[in-house]
Formats: sequence, structure tokens, C-alpha cells
Amino acid sequence: MPRSIRFSVFFLLGIVALLLIGPHFFPKSYAEPSSLPFASPSWQHWCGTDLNGRDLFYRMLTGGTISLLVGCAGAFITLLVGTFYGMVAGYVGGWCDAGMTRFIDILYSIPRLIFILIFINAFNERLQQSANDLGWSWLVGSSRILILIVSLGLIEWLTMARLVRGQTLSLKERPFVAAAQILGQRSIIILWRHIFPNLLGILMVTLTLSIPAVIIDEAFLSFLGLGVQAPMSSLGSLLAEGASAINPLRGAWWTLLFPALLLLLLLMTLNYLGNELREFHLKKRS
Amino acid sequence: MLPARFLSLFLVLFCVVSITFFLMRLSPGGPFDAERKLPPAIEHQLLLKYRLNGSLWQQYTDYLKDLLHGDLRLSTKYRNRSVAEILAQTLPVTFTLGTLSLLMALGFGLWIGAFAAARPHSLFDHCALHFALLAVSLPAFVLGPLLILFFSIWLHWLPVGGWGSFSQLLLPSITLALPFIAVIARLFRDQLREVLQDDFIRTAHAKGLSQRAIIYRHALRVAILPVISYTGPLAANLLTGSIVVETIFHIPGAGSFFVNSILNRDGFLLGGIVIVYCTLLIFCNFIIDIAYSRLDPRIK
Repeated sequence: MPRSIRFSVFFLLGIVALLLIGPHFFPKSYAEPSSLPFASPSWQHWCGTDLNGRDLFYRMLTGGTISLLVGCAGAFITLLVGTFYGMVAGYVGGWCDAGMTRFIDILYSIPRLIFILIFINAFNERLQQSANDLGWSWLVGSSRILILIVSLGLIEWLTMARLVRGQTLSLKERPFVAAAQILGQRSIIILWRHIFPNLLGILMVTLTLSIPAVIIDEAFLSFLGLGVQAPMSSLGSLLAEGASAINPLRGAWWTLLFPALLLLLLLMTLNYLGNELREFHLKKRS
Repeated sequence: MLPARFLSLFLVLFCVVSITFFLMRLSPGGPFDAERKLPPAIEHQLLLKYRLNGSLWQQYTDYLKDLLHGDLRLSTKYRNRSVAEILAQTLPVTFTLGTLSLLMALGFGLWIGAFAAARPHSLFDHCALHFALLAVSLPAFVLGPLLILFFSIWLHWLPVGGWGSFSQLLLPSITLALPFIAVIARLFRDQLREVLQDDFIRTAHAKGLSQRAIIYRHALRVAILPVISYTGPLAANLLTGSIVVETIFHIPGAGSFFVNSILNRDGFLLGGIVIVYCTLLIFCNFIIDIAYSRLDPRIK
């Protein structure tokens, strides 16, 4: 494994550890509003404080955790949907494949995020209502983030499906698949036992690249105030707060700059790792 | 071939309209539950005019009928303004921004890609690669506020937002275009590198053509095909991106009305914007498909 991959994995693990463990090192009062609104960065508050006097660094860590959580969970859903769709399209072939591929093309050319945006905001209240009726109190608080994860997973699976389809199409022609077919194995067994293990490499690569894509989508929604809702915050909603806090009269630049840098760092690390993994995978295969 | 394409075009459009309508109706509250209420008399008039008390199916067919007559209905939030009126005012703004960004993305993307591919593993190539990684990780809502912070608030070079002058157009279009410049540059560079290994390029070399002529006359025509098929998704992404860019830079385009229409439950306005956006994109893709088959004789 090349050094660049190992290095970026360690770097990523470092960021994740910081996000998960970091908040425990700060006093609980850092999460509460204080009498120091918009304090500039100091030794006490490394990244300054926000509008309500909460410590920005603390909020960035918890917000980053939410972003990362949504990213990973959403990417996992793209993995499930994309793999299934792609494998079926590639293996069955014929008009079924043509139709399924055309469907992906159509979805690509439609602003899917816009539909998801409407869906989340329409469906959330309905879900909360039915959760209330059923007495599932745990669902009421986290309903929005659950819908976010599922729906973002449901719009980012296209790339995954397309790649898996192409790969399945070429694997299908290989002798070991023909052998399994002659032995009379059922299609579903062939897909699971013989084709799926050969897809793992490309799945790993695409999964790594799906995480930043989902994180960007989530931040987009939260930035518009239509994603994660207070009291929960993600990097997107922190950015929105920061963007509204900068104006020529009162330049609370830290509320914008630091969340932006953290998001940039997270996305760059993930994109870099994904690209390097792809190169490595291509080199190994040829 | 062409009639089939047209048919599928209308089928997609019909699906888009239906999905939008039912998504609008999915939320439990009605269009009049917004925080700032309309006067009851107007509310009552709208209710009667569009028969909003009827069954869901009847409302749906009514809406489709109105759409077929070219009527996007009245906004339920902005008093006495039709959706068509609002769109006529805001869409030109969104188009100007979108077209400029599209041209920037294609222009700079192709230029950087070709330049890097002609000098593989040079300093420029490496810089372009790292720039692409950086730009892909800089979505509009990160880049936009940062650009405002640097160029408008700290340096006072460009206005913070608004619409009308060229200087106000500069930051938003850069914000919108930059990630896509990176994507296109990367795509085009990789494709061009691959094409340059092909046999017909070796033939061109053997004929004694200059590197310049080979790239611009022979390789470009083949390598540009994936970029053209990427233009469809690109247009969709630019339209989505323009929503957030318009919000950041306070541009009076359709995107900011879109966000407000969701928050205000202004169903007809929301539906109108989505339908116009999708129609536009579907036709855009139709044109791209035709252009693609013209450029690539292998596709019939």
C-alpha cells in the first residue's frame, strides 16, 4: 500500500478521534450560552464564541461529528441501494438493463436535491405526528436527522450503481461465472458468492468518495436552514450562522472561517483518500 | 428515434409535475398555515378559485388542467401576484448567473485540462491536480462566504451582494463555477491523456504533425465527448447551486424564492419553480443528446 494512502488514513483517523474525544476535555459550560457573545479567539476560547456566547471550537467538534455521522450513514445506504441496483442491471442485461440505465441517466439530469429538500420538509412533520401518536418519543427528536440520512443516501447512489453495473457486466463474461451457471447454481447465489466478492475493491473506493458527497449535500440543506435543526447543529448550520455574522460593521470572522476550514479539511482528506484508493485499485487490476 | 425521445421527454415531465404536486400535498398543514397569514377573505377566494376543499385526486386533475392551459396559478403568499409573474421577474436573473457560470466552468475547465494533458507530470499538471482536489472540496456555501469575507469585507474590492452591475456578478459566478471548473479539468485531462495513447494519434505523429495540431485537431474531438455528456448533470448541479449562491449574495433570483416558498408553504409557487427548472433541464439534456450523436458518428 502506497505511503499516501497510509498517511491520509492516519490523518483521517486523527480528525475522527479529535471530533469524538475532543468535546470531553472541555467543561460542560462551554456548550451553554454565556455572557460573552462574539468573543474573539483567545487562550480560553480557541476559536472564539458565537452569537450566544457558546464556545465555537466545542460546537465545531460536535457539529463535525453530526456531519460525519450523516455522511457515513448516508454513504452506507448508497452502498446498499447502488450495489443491489447495479448488480441486478448488469447481471440480468437486455432490455431490463437498458431501462435501468436510462432511469439513472434521467435521475442524473434532474435536480434531485431539490426534490429531496421538498420531501424532507413535507415528510418530517407527518413522521413526527405519527411518532407522537404511536408514543415513540425517541423518534420525535431525531426524526429529522433520520430522514436526512435516508433521503441523502437515496439520491447519491447513482454513481455507485453505474460503476457496479459496469463491473458486473464484465465479470459476468468471466469463466468462473459460466462454470457456476453450468453447475446449476441459482442467479442470486452467483451474484452473492461469485460476483459480489470481486466488487469489493471498487465498492471501497466509491464508498470513500460517497461520504464527502453526502456531507456536502447535508451541509447544503443545513446551510439553507432546511436540514439539521437547532438545538442540533452540523458544520452546514454553523457555516450559515457564520455567514450571517459577517458584515462590514461587526466582523466576527472566526464564526465563519473556522467551521469553513474544518469542513474543507474533512472533505479534502476524504476526497484525497478516495482518489488515491482509486488509483491504487486501477493499478492493481491492470 | 427522435419521436421516442420526445415521448420520453414528456413522460419525464409528467412524472416531475405529479411528484411535485404530491410532495407539496404531503405536509399535513395547508397552504394557509404560514406564520404571516393572508386576510381571511383572500384565503377564502383562493380556496374557492382552486377548489382546495375537494378530494386529492380532483385537486390533482384540476392542477394538471391549469398547467396544460399554461396557468401556473397565483402565489398563496405574495398577495395578488401570479407565479408566472414572479418567475418572469426572477428567472432572467438566475439564467444570467447560470449561463455565465456554465461558460466559465466549460471555458476554464477545458483550458486547464488541455494545458495539463499536453505537459504531463509538469509543475502545471501537479498544480492543476491539487487545485482540482481543493476546488471539489469547496462547495458554494463554503466558498461564497469566504470570498465575501476576503474580497468584500477585508479588502473592500468587490460589493458584498446585490444585483445589477458587473462587479456584483463576479463573486457569485466564481463561487458557482469553481468546483465544476475542477471537475471538468480533471475529466478532460484524464480523457485527453488516454486518447493521446491511441493508434490514430501515433499515425498523426508519424505523419509529422506538430504536438499542437495533434491535440487541437485530432485528440480534442474525441476527448471532449465525456465532457459533453457531463454537461447535463452539470446544468442540474448549477441550478441547485444557484439556490444557495443567490441566498448568500442576496440576488433576487428564482432560487431565493424557492427557499422562501418552502418555508412559507407557498405550494403553487414552489411547484411552478420546480416545473420550470425541470422543463429547462430536460430540454437542455435533449439538446446535449443530439449534439453528442452529431459529434460521435459511432452513435446512431
